[in-house]
Amino acid sequence: MVSPPLGYALMLLAVPLSAIILFSFWTQNFMDVDTTFTLNNYREIITEPIYFALLKRSLFVSGTVTCVTVLLAFPVAYFVSFHVPAHRKSLWLFLITIPFWTSYLIRVFLWKVILGYNGVVNTGLINLGIIDEPLTFILYNINAVIITLAHAFAPFAILPIFVALEKIDRSLLEASQDLGESKVSTFFRVTLPLSMPGLVAAVLIVFIPTIGDYVTPELMGGAGGKLIANMIQTQFLALNNAPLGAALAIVAMICVTAVSLLFVFLNRRYLRGRS
Amino acid sequence: MSLRIYAIAYLVFLYAPIVLLPIFAFNDGTIISFPLSGFTTEWFSQLWVTKALHNAVQNSLFIAAITAVMSTVLGICAARAGAMYNFPLKRGILGLVMLPLVLPEIIVAVSLLVVVVQFLDLGLSNWTVIAAHVLICTPFSIAILNGAFQNLDPSMEEAAMDLGESRWSAFRLVTLPLVMPGIISSMLIAFTISLDEFIIAFFLTGANPTMPVYIWGLLRFPGSLPIVMALGTLLVGLSIILLTIAEILRRRGMARAGVKDKGGFL
Repeated sequence: MVSPPLGYALMLLAVPLSAIILFSFWTQNFMDVDTTFTLNNYREIITEPIYFALLKRSLFVSGTVTCVTVLLAFPVAYFVSFHVPAHRKSLWLFLITIPFWTSYLIRVFLWKVILGYNGVVNTGLINLGIIDEPLTFILYNINAVIITLAHAFAPFAILPIFVALEKIDRSLLEASQDLGESKVSTFFRVTLPLSMPGLVAAVLIVFIPTIGDYVTPELMGGAGGKLIANMIQTQFLALNNAPLGAALAIVAMICVTAVSLLFVFLNRRYLRGRS
Repeated sequence: MSLRIYAIAYLVFLYAPIVLLPIFAFNDGTIISFPLSGFTTEWFSQLWVTKALHNAVQNSLFIAAITAVMSTVLGICAARAGAMYNFPLKRGILGLVMLPLVLPEIIVAVSLLVVVVQFLDLGLSNWTVIAAHVLICTPFSIAILNGAFQNLDPSMEEAAMDLGESRWSAFRLVTLPLVMPGIISSMLIAFTISLDEFIIAFFLTGANPTMPVYIWGLLRFPGSLPIVMALGTLLVGLSIILLTIAEILRRRGMARAGVKDKGGFL
């Protein structure tokens, strides 16, 4: 019964992933691909500072987006789980997920309209008399990329946290308060540790995919806001150096996986330290 | 109370870009910024006469429809196997099938591109896009269908088989009607995802672009931006309708399977 989806995943996921690893050890030779095994692509990635800089910036952006998204999302998930009456929860979740499903490209573009020189934020603030000159630090730089990505990945962060919060036995919270903990310390000593699985899932499900987004940095980032995914895309589609692009994709993937594993490891240690 | 205000402010943040869409779609000005100049339906009527757009929409609808059916069929297999049977390496296998959910889309895109172009030496077409879209939509289908299959009692099918039905007809007559709402909901979600997907489609699309790829091209020309706004307004309306139907059906499916609703799609 499981064999059709397994077969599909093997054929179109496992095989291509192996193929791209193999491919990254080949080189582009003008029009055709030289299939001798070589580490040249990886050597170029290590020696050329541009790749390292892009990788560092990408990890910084993904990390910041993850922090911002998860921190902003947690109170919303908490509110829906603890304060919204049971029959209204589905409606709230539905409202939260709707913007996520609609026209990604146009949504990203509209952030340009919101944050731009004559955008919604600037005209609004000028009309209110709060600023005299349009703010320029919110478009065509990393800040704009971070704001837009935090918006795009919001539901991905809210839903896993919400599911984890829903599973918490409410009587544990009462017990904690009966035993003399304040509401705040109950939150930090009971609710937060118990919601950790959802928090970890939220971090991973935001952090890993954001590294692969080239639309937002392309539209919002300006010259200084390009990320590693833009470079991969350029190598494949414009510079016609697919093997180098493949190697870059693999290096990016390895970095993201390493950071994620480190995070999960540190989190386990933290939870074990408490118990 | 302050939490409620924060949650509502957060919803405003989530909906901010979408609210702007219809405003600019009906705005009588070629520049997408404030102040607004006047009301017009000009941009919508231009949508009707743009031939290239119609081709792109047709392509996308074709891709989305096939993706919806294929990923739902695969989703049924996986959800049914996951809910009813135990087999070796169950967690690992289901993990692999769900992996595209967290894999960066660009990785899926470039690895399929390498296989199709460099190893198999085939051209890109709608089918390469479909292959990739089925891959990324199947995890969503499984997540939705799991809800429908979870509390299904395997003994009901066994009873049907004991009473003389074949394995297939027992599934068709007993299980299928129970999970039907989940199936339609899964198809609608997969359809919506595929229709909107750009990152992968940009790499794998053939000579005929999909709708998001076509929109990407338009975004470079300031003159065509109002048309994009009009198109976006229609798309947002369409997705909200599809998603609302999907949500209603998903809840009905959960109710039929006797599961308590625990919330969203994921």
